[in-house]
Order: sequence, then C-alpha cells, then structure tokens
Amino acid sequence: MSTLELRGVHAGYGKAQVLHDVSLHVGDGSITTLLGANGAGKTTTLRAISGLVRSTGEILIDGRPIPSAPDAVARLGVAHVPQGRGTIGQLSVDDNLKAGALLRRDRVQARADLRRLRELFPVLGERAQSQAAGLSGGEQQMLAIARALMGRPSILLLDEPSLGLAPLITKELFVLLPRLRDEWGLTVLVVEQNADLALSVGDHAVVLESGRVVLTGTAREISGHDEVRRAYLGN
Amino acid sequence: MNLLQQVLDGLSSGSVYATLALALVLVHRSTGIVNFAQGQMAVISTYVAWTLYDAGVPVWGAIGAAIVLSLVVGALVERFLIRRFEGGEPLAAIVVTVGLLISVNGLVSLIWGTVLKQFPSAFPSGGVGSGSGGTIGYGTLGTIGALLVVVLALNWLFRHTRLGLAFRAVAANPESSALLGLPVGRLLMLGWGLAAAVGALAGCLVAPKLYLAPEMMDSVLTYALAAAVLGGLNSALGTVLAAWFIGVVENLAGTYVSFVGGDMKIAVPLVLMVLILLLKPEGVFGHKEVRRV
Repeated sequence: MSTLELRGVHAGYGKAQVLHDVSLHVGDGSITTLLGANGAGKTTTLRAISGLVRSTGEILIDGRPIPSAPDAVARLGVAHVPQGRGTIGQLSVDDNLKAGALLRRDRVQARADLRRLRELFPVLGERAQSQAAGLSGGEQQMLAIARALMGRPSILLLDEPSLGLAPLITKELFVLLPRLRDEWGLTVLVVEQNADLALSVGDHAVVLESGRVVLTGTAREISGHDEVRRAYLGN
Repeated sequence: MNLLQQVLDGLSSGSVYATLALALVLVHRSTGIVNFAQGQMAVISTYVAWTLYDAGVPVWGAIGAAIVLSLVVGALVERFLIRRFEGGEPLAAIVVTVGLLISVNGLVSLIWGTVLKQFPSAFPSGGVGSGSGGTIGYGTLGTIGALLVVVLALNWLFRHTRLGLAFRAVAANPESSALLGLPVGRLLMLGWGLAAAVGALAGCLVAPKLYLAPEMMDSVLTYALAAAVLGGLNSALGTVLAAWFIGVVENLAGTYVSFVGGDMKIAVPLVLMVLILLLKPEGVFGHKEVRRV
C-alpha cells in the first residue's frame, strides 16, 4: 500500500493540453474512483502517473516524486492495467503472467503468487498454454489484472475494466476489487464509466470535467450529489 | 560431383543464408524493421576478424572477438541511430538502413581498401568419405553445424529463459512491456546486438568460400532476404528451412539446368520470392496477424 498524490499536474499530447492543474490524493489502501465524461482526461491522468504521457507538476508516491520513464515507474510498484487491457496476444496466458513477474527477485514467492491467482481465476490455470488473444474479453481482463498483481505492486491503476464486458462479468470484477485490495495490499485508482458500480465498491471519488477536478469526496457523498447523479448516473 | 555432394553444398550455402536471415528476423521481430545493412555490418565484423587474425590471433579467437565486438556495436547502432525511427514511417527506417549499408561499405573500403583478402577457414581442410562417392568437406559440415548451434542457442534463449520471455514481450507489445517494468530500450539494444553477432558469424563462415571484399555479403543478403520473406519474417524455423531450400535449389539448378548455369543462379531465389509473395503474402511459415477490433 502506498499513497498517491498529484499536485498541479498538467499533461497533454503535443499542443493539445488535456489536464489542467489536476490535484488529487489517493489514500493508503483506498479504492478511489475517477469519474468524468468522455474526453474529461481520466485515461490521461492514469497515463501521466505511469509516465506514458509527459506531464508537469508533481506526482508523488508516499511523498516522493516518481521518475518519468514508464518502466521505472512500474519498478516503483505502480501497476497500470490500460484500457484495452494490454495483454500480449501472441504470448500464452502463462507467459503473460510470468512476464508480469520478470523483475522480481523472490522467485519462490512469485510461484506462490501464480498459484494463488490461478485459484482466484481458475480459467487462467485451465488455459495456461493458450494464446492470450484467444481468451474472451472478461478472461483477458482477469489476465490483465492477474498479470499486474504478479509484479506485487503497491498501487493499481485500472482503466475502464468494464469496457466491452457483459454487465454481470463487470459486476463480478468490481465486487472482487475490495478483496484484492485487502489480500494484495493495494491502493487502487480506477477509471470507470459505470459510475454507480464503481461508487458502490469505492471509498473515494474524484470527478473530472474538461481536464479539471470539479469534485472530490467520499463515494457516498459523490453518489448522493445531485449534479453528479444527473451528469453520470443517468437520473 | 554426385548428387549428395551437390545437396550438401547447397545446404552449406543455405546455412550461411540462414544465419544472416536469422539476424534479419531477430531485428524484424524486435523492432519491426528490415535491416538492409545487416549484411554490410557483417562485412565489417569479418574485416575485424581478419585484422585480428592477420595480427597473429588464432582464427577461432579472432572470430569470437569479432562476434563479441559486433554485439556491442550493433547495440550502439540501435541506441543512437535506429531508436528514433522505431514505430515511425517504415519507409524512413528503410532509407536509414540503406544509408547505413552505403556508409559502412564506404567505411570498409576506406579502412581496408578494395583489394580482395583471403580469409582463413575456421574448419580443417579435407573431408569425410572418398573414392567414387567423392568427399564431403569439413568446411561444408562445419558451416551446417555452426548454423544448428546458433538455432539451438537462440531457441533456448527465447523459449526457456527469462531474458527470452522479456524479448518476446517487448517485441509483441513495447508499451505493455514498459508498464510491466521491462527496460524496453535496453532489450531492443540487445536484440540488435545479438543480430549483429549472428551476422558476424555468417560473414566469417562465408568469407573463406569467397574472398573478403567490401561487397562480399551483397548476394548473401539477397538470398537471406528471400529466405526471411519465404519464412514469413517472424519464424526462425521457417527461415532456416527456406534458406536451406534456396541453397539447394540454387546449387542444383546451377548444375543441372543448363540455361540457368552459374550466372543465373542468383535469379532462382528471387523468382521464388516473387512467386511466394504473389501466392502467400504472409510467407510459407508466417502466421497471419490476427487482431481483435
């Protein structure tokens, strides 16, 4: 577990500035939901944290500034499951999982983690030798999350895990989040379109609009907020 | 010369093409670039080996040193030249590697001149078998053996080591690999370094058959490209089989088909390549890219 903090972060692609002065705090061991309309800068926020997009301002983990290269950020314990999941289709399910643990030195513990994840997601054990590209969307999302956990991160960034999944599977994934947080010692920042679902398992929420933070609060406060309900929850 | 000898000679030349083709495949798999300078880089490595040998270093030592040096130089070429063209316009990358080919060719002529040099064989002269069956040279067998060692070593590296898994991950998806903490840049450098090292071996294997000259690898590169394309540019096994096929067909056609002869031999693999590209653009052993949309 770790705390993650953004202070006055600006980021964008070329001349197109996407994030304007974004500040937010993700508390140690919390699940924080990042809400906002399409194009509000949710994905860019995650990409700025993991170094995939250049940013200015301060991004701090446990009070210390993070490096700028994505691989260095990952080695610091930040796992980013990107939109579209980022599993490597040409590699087998097992190789994907092992690739997640390549940088670990505690190999015995890594093998134990692999067994634990196969118990949690039995399909990953059953289809260990299949190409990852052949998995269904839900299975790929499980693989992506399991692969992220194989690196024993302290911070998990999840970008729209529900994208392209059946509602029931999405629900299963979200119900699992608090358990993963507790068992794997995670701090979670999750971007999600399905605000109701995300708020139901999250502790805190941050609402972005046009690249600026417009609301922060506990999940309960945000889900009770009239404006948010109108804008994102459809009632 | 009997048929067996002709076939083995073909396999031997094919093994040289295969070695250089494997270098091309290594680079293409890791960075998506076809390195037209791969042959020329092998030439300069071979000259380095020759220089060391000329200075009194035993032939295997000279070849080994040249291979190690090529590994380092190949990595530096990726880092300081190719890096900025990766993932960009394919045409730009092609122009850069062709530019590198011409520059290295000029550099070789500048340093060592254009006079042909004799390169020692790493294998003893003579061969096995005699009498009516003819002899099969140690050089022929050694070249085939060297390729097999390279193939087995690469296969072991890629399939059974953590480094190999990292290589495969980075080749397939650099961004995802970076998110897993893999040092993508350093792995790509190593990929180019390995390719240059394998290329150096190809150069040192073929040099004793030809003479060492700045253009020595031009025809080998043509055959290697044909083999890599036939093999699908991604499959090591496919590339080796294709290179052997090319070597044998070239040799047999040159000997037994009167209108082909020695001069037209080089056209045979090219005709094959065009035919394959027409019929099966992904190569005989290549796999079609399947993408979810």
